[in-house]
Amino acid sequence: MQTNLRDVAGPYFGEFGGRFVAEPLIAALDQLEATYLHAKSDPAFISELAELHRTYTGRPSIITEAPKFAAQFGDLRVFLKREDLNHTGSHKINNVMGQALLAKRMGKKRIIAETGAGQHGVASATAAAFFGLDCVVYMGEIDTERQALNVARMKLLGAEVIPVTTGSRTLKDAINEALRDWVANVETTHYLLGTVAGPHPFPTMVRDFHSVIGIESRAQMLEMTGRLPDAVAACVGGGSNAIGIFHPFLDDENVQLWGFEAAGDGVDTPKHAATLSKGRPGVLHGARSYMLQDEDGQTMESHSISAGLDYPGVGPEHSWLKDLGRAKYFGITDAQAMNAMRLLAQTEGIIPAIETAHALAGVSHLSDVLPAGAHILINLSGRGDKDMETAGRYFGLLEEK
Amino acid sequence: MQSVQQVLEQNSATGRGSLIGYFPAGYPSVQDSVDALVAMAENGCDVLEVGVPYSDPVMDGLVIQQATEKALANGFKLRQLFDVVKGVRAKTDVPMLVMSYWNPVLSYGVEKFAEDLKDSGAQGIITPDLIPDEAGEWIEVSDQLGLDRVFLVAPSSSEKRVSNNSAASRGFVYSVSTMGITGERAELDRLAREVVGRVQQSGSTPTCVGVGISTAEQVREVNSYSSGAIVGTAFVRAYEQGGVHALAEKARELAGGLG
Repeated sequence: MQTNLRDVAGPYFGEFGGRFVAEPLIAALDQLEATYLHAKSDPAFISELAELHRTYTGRPSIITEAPKFAAQFGDLRVFLKREDLNHTGSHKINNVMGQALLAKRMGKKRIIAETGAGQHGVASATAAAFFGLDCVVYMGEIDTERQALNVARMKLLGAEVIPVTTGSRTLKDAINEALRDWVANVETTHYLLGTVAGPHPFPTMVRDFHSVIGIESRAQMLEMTGRLPDAVAACVGGGSNAIGIFHPFLDDENVQLWGFEAAGDGVDTPKHAATLSKGRPGVLHGARSYMLQDEDGQTMESHSISAGLDYPGVGPEHSWLKDLGRAKYFGITDAQAMNAMRLLAQTEGIIPAIETAHALAGVSHLSDVLPAGAHILINLSGRGDKDMETAGRYFGLLEEK
Repeated sequence: MQSVQQVLEQNSATGRGSLIGYFPAGYPSVQDSVDALVAMAENGCDVLEVGVPYSDPVMDGLVIQQATEKALANGFKLRQLFDVVKGVRAKTDVPMLVMSYWNPVLSYGVEKFAEDLKDSGAQGIITPDLIPDEAGEWIEVSDQLGLDRVFLVAPSSSEKRVSNNSAASRGFVYSVSTMGITGERAELDRLAREVVGRVQQSGSTPTCVGVGISTAEQVREVNSYSSGAIVGTAFVRAYEQGGVHALAEKARELAGGLG
């Protein structure tokens, strides 16, 4: 295996990535790429972002060991990277603060964003409020219903939330609408894409903004345990939190990387979002990557109890890591994820987001494939407050409406 | 049969100008779309643009998106695209280009798609989300088969991109008139004139203007400085409102704007 996987900077990750977008967007992507390349080597930008993370985001986030949770799975140790403790409650803030700074550098006064679970929408609305930018968030109509609290949060923060009624009315279609808006308003607007998908430079740039998760946790694990973990695990929808924690470990060959994606009702049913397990390469939302598609190349509707994982595509770097065999991807059903959510809550007093619960449920699988005494680092990518209505109904804790 | 470029150049030479009409394959059914496209050809469209229904048409406005969604909901399959093209070709010699987002072509197989397209009687593909930078395989296959390939140029395109995209195109260059998605607009953007001028300076391939054209006056105006006007939404809307009869009427009306 090559030893410099961390250095791959796009636009291609093997055969994946690229720019499959309409010509009107190319100039904006070029401008964004040039601005980002300049900023990432500009000490003023680096220190401004680091200071924002220290004083606003809440970085570095801590690592919490979860021994009572781990004990349910046998002889292993589980460590949780607490991105749920970030401002706005998830890892999403890492990326939006970086991109909002870039929007300012490009002189753009308006940002648009897409959101599934609402975490990226809330983070974008927060950054917009902080930096004084106009903000429009596109959200599938179905997601506005299952994430009504997050819609209220975005509106309170001053953002306009536009329910998308086309297609499957979920995250995929929210991205389509955001792309349409961007084509029409590209001179004044930055599209603050929320995951490591989309046309270059988004997969690389968003990864870089989230790699702070892995950089911190790699050092923290060395300090806490004196060695690197045996496995690093994260949930994968578009793949931003996973690539953020994976990336600094890519060249640590003894560290297994595990992405847990949404198997919904099961990967052998039509209702899942297990893109890497069940999809095949194609072009969606501006990049070549694995995707769920029918024999005609039409995007198939995905399903997950988690709005944040309910996406038929995935970032191109994950597709590359899968084909290289550097990362492994495994499907977790809705039921397995919900049980893991409750288990963490009741053993450790931490209520995770349903997305994150997919990674937690993955510990059961890892306990079968890792040696006794293994150390597992899990990216606790978000907190479960936003999912309480779904969880409350699922567990019969709330009355049906 | 004349090529797309021959028709455009001939019409420019006579001062008539050209009308390029878009209609989605399979909307609302395969046979209906054949009838619609034939009616457009018989009533003044000089080139036909056959749309491929796609689940994620990010460059299309709502009218076209809803039509293509309906085609898919009615069971349209990609192989039927070639039935549509053959059905139209059996009735008219008007040149046809297919407009497709890239994933359906990729999924079908670029070479096989191109071969089936040629066999069915179409001249090439317009690719709204495939830029020449990513089109190596398609450029190679289209060269082998002599198919047209229409790439887009936008007001935001750099000089280098205008030049490269024009050079990579065959048939015509698609000048995007405004920085927006498809749909009617009251006035064509002045940017259309500018982008056409930049394309014309870069080479000899004809360029046609699309996005936002819906009236005979606009068709005439666009033809005063380019090789053709591309109309989609207005045709789909006319069909929605009154079927083939209204569509034919709309084609006559818009072609009436030509010299």
